[in-house]
Amino acid sequence: MSVIVVLLIASISVASVFLVAFLWSVKEGQFEDDSSPAARILFEDKPVTNASTTQKI
Amino acid sequence: MSATTTRAGVQCFHCGEECTHTQIKLEDKVFCCEGCRVVYSVLSQEGLTDYYALNETPGINQRAGVRKDKFAFLDDPKLAESLISFKGESQVHVNFYMPQMHCSSCLYLLENLHRLDEGVISSKVNFTRKEATVVFHPGRTRLRKIAELLARIGYEPYISLHDLKEKRPAIDRRMVYRLGIAGFCFGNIMLMSFPEYLGLDASDLTLRGMFRSLNLLLSLPVFLYSAYPFYESSWKSLRHRFLNIDAPIALAVIITFVRSAWEVLSGTGAGYFDSMTGIVFFMLAGRILQDKTYRQLSFDRDYTSYFPVAVTVLKADLAQPTALPEIKYGDTLLIHNEELIPADGILTKGQAYIDYSFVTGESAPVRKEAGEMVYAGGKQTGGNIEILVMKEVAQSYLTALWGREELKNDAPKGVSFVHLLSRYFTYIVFVLAALTAWYWYAHDPARIWTSVTAIFIIACPCALLLSNTFTNGSILRILGRNQFYLRSAQTIESVAHIDHIVFDKTGTLTSTQQQELSYFGKPLTELQQQQVGSLASCSVHPLSKLLAREFETAGRWQVAHFAELPGEGISGSVKGAAVRLGNSQFVNHSPDTKEGTVVYVSIDGEMTGYFKVNNHYRQDVPDLVNELRKRYRLSVLTGDNESEKQRLQQLLGDRAQLLFFQKPNDKLDYIKRLQEKGERVMMIGDGLNDAGALKQADVGVAISEDNNNFTPASDAIIAAGKLSLLTRFIGLCKANYRIVVASFVISIIYNIIGLYFAVQGNLAPVVAAILMPSSSLGIVLVTFGSSYWMAKKMKL
Repeated sequence: MSVIVVLLIASISVASVFLVAFLWSVKEGQFEDDSSPAARILFEDKPVTNASTTQKI
Repeated sequence: MSATTTRAGVQCFHCGEECTHTQIKLEDKVFCCEGCRVVYSVLSQEGLTDYYALNETPGINQRAGVRKDKFAFLDDPKLAESLISFKGESQVHVNFYMPQMHCSSCLYLLENLHRLDEGVISSKVNFTRKEATVVFHPGRTRLRKIAELLARIGYEPYISLHDLKEKRPAIDRRMVYRLGIAGFCFGNIMLMSFPEYLGLDASDLTLRGMFRSLNLLLSLPVFLYSAYPFYESSWKSLRHRFLNIDAPIALAVIITFVRSAWEVLSGTGAGYFDSMTGIVFFMLAGRILQDKTYRQLSFDRDYTSYFPVAVTVLKADLAQPTALPEIKYGDTLLIHNEELIPADGILTKGQAYIDYSFVTGESAPVRKEAGEMVYAGGKQTGGNIEILVMKEVAQSYLTALWGREELKNDAPKGVSFVHLLSRYFTYIVFVLAALTAWYWYAHDPARIWTSVTAIFIIACPCALLLSNTFTNGSILRILGRNQFYLRSAQTIESVAHIDHIVFDKTGTLTSTQQQELSYFGKPLTELQQQQVGSLASCSVHPLSKLLAREFETAGRWQVAHFAELPGEGISGSVKGAAVRLGNSQFVNHSPDTKEGTVVYVSIDGEMTGYFKVNNHYRQDVPDLVNELRKRYRLSVLTGDNESEKQRLQQLLGDRAQLLFFQKPNDKLDYIKRLQEKGERVMMIGDGLNDAGALKQADVGVAISEDNNNFTPASDAIIAAGKLSLLTRFIGLCKANYRIVVASFVISIIYNIIGLYFAVQGNLAPVVAAILMPSSSLGIVLVTFGSSYWMAKKMKL
């Protein structure tokens, strides 16, 4: 009996994590532009921002 | 070929265009023009040559160039403010639309903007929308500098009056959130209903109670949040005294929830939470599928998307960039080459060659002298001109069209048959519920509540909604795959019902990309053809391009002393002969006497003849028209003169109506007259001059040469090359109705089985739990299958 309760809590919390992950990815707009990430991964260097380069100096 | 010809096939390292007249070199790279060379040197200095490694010749041709002060208006803080999406102390965010973006190299370069400008913090490209979000430090760089940098490397941002008017609304993601939450709750509730269905040990009452209350808890977000659009829509429809399909669905959801909650709280049963959440989930999925939008297209463009944000106003000989809404009667505007005339006015200085292709679809420039009236929407090609404003921007001839009352209402055109069908369905359900209640009142009053609620749960028209949304969704996708893009699902029905098709001529029946040249005068020798072709290939003017294409096979020669007089013509020396191409004044110093678009040719001072540009009817138009005229009435509206009347009448048949000299307002009124006669009209057009008619028609179809083209507001956009498939597209839209009805009939059979249990008052949750998803899935499969089968049958 108590085992089932533990399992229930575990399964619902795992499922909730996925729900939150899904909602977050939608909010970030990950489903809106499906062509640029595919091209971006081919570039040698990740675009660095000026903010970080100026900090280095 | 002799040694004097250019090395045929030498491509510009930057843009890939053929290098013709002079050899512009840097290191071992060859460029077609100075502009391309400059871009290359800038990029190689900054170590961005990966740009060229990712794709071959990714650049954008720089021959045309951008005027120096073009972006001066961005220094105006008020104007800049309206374009900026976020402004902070150390960060400013701005969105640029750059239609030139075409490959991964573009992406690479635009995301490395910070290497070209110190002040840029980062930039992120959205390739689908062809936009880049640039974040910069306001202390280190300015908006104008960034725009100029982009223009210099070939990505001139497109900033229109529309950007000024309103901020782009944020993308509405709430439907997807609702779907995600409904899916989560549906899945978990199903899982937790199994113990009950599989016969949980009745002695274990605490465990059963826990499962039930968890279900109740999980169904709350669905009931309160996910199903909200249905409540909202039905409430709206009831307030308008119209029973739409969402009303009975909302009622069913509420009744199911109340009954289930009551069962759980009173301990009498497990409720129908799984059915309720499941149906909400499927219906939301259908809605999202149906409301798919084409992000790269816009169906709402009015004239503001075509007009620039600012224009140069001359005040006491000072050139001052001014926002369009602030232009007043009596201002003097300075219009540069390739700029749009924003308001009606009188030409006071300079010679105008106005390209009205935005307005009429006709690309050949019209010549205007000082003192003549020029109209908003035309683009100046040639030198600078000055215009005295006679009417403000919004009151100009073209733009005033949008002020007309008919075009102001944005009410949807027509009501879907689904709502009418669901209404009958709802009445039947109410009658059935009343009869059942009356029967049980007489026999066993205790069962009234259970049997009546069960009827509402089982017989909600969700099956109809599902079959409708899923069919619409798949039809929209099939049409989209064939480059016929519809604004919304409602358009499918409107297309199915049309009985009169009205065509615009220029740009719709004829192609602006393919024009025919015919030559009059002394025949050109092969050498002369080569000379004309070589000279023409040095210029990017549309007429030059046309000529260059005409003599593409003739072979090319080196051109010396090339000169281009904007709006007049081009000259140069090819293989020892002085060649001049252009208007009559330019070529033989006499005024133009020919009608239409004409290019004169002179070789070594002798006028040999002239080329006349003819409209070219799209290749597939005769076949298309032949098929359409069997089933629909046809009309053609054109702003042109009657010179092609016979040819058109022959093409379209004797019964077709042909109207010439049609102004934008006339076109709109013609459509209105047809509608008053009870006809349902599809208008097919391309220019801004068709915009009124497109909006007035039951279905307005804008034709587009390529997807990035600007199209006026319409219900549908069709790619020019796919026009021949129009009959099949209409056929598929008609099939849509049959598929919806057929799948609805199937779902009614399901409903009858369910009702058989419901009226007896013993609808076991497990029966509902099996019936609901299987009927939903069945509908999804039937609609998808039959839509794609129909499409295949029609060879789409």
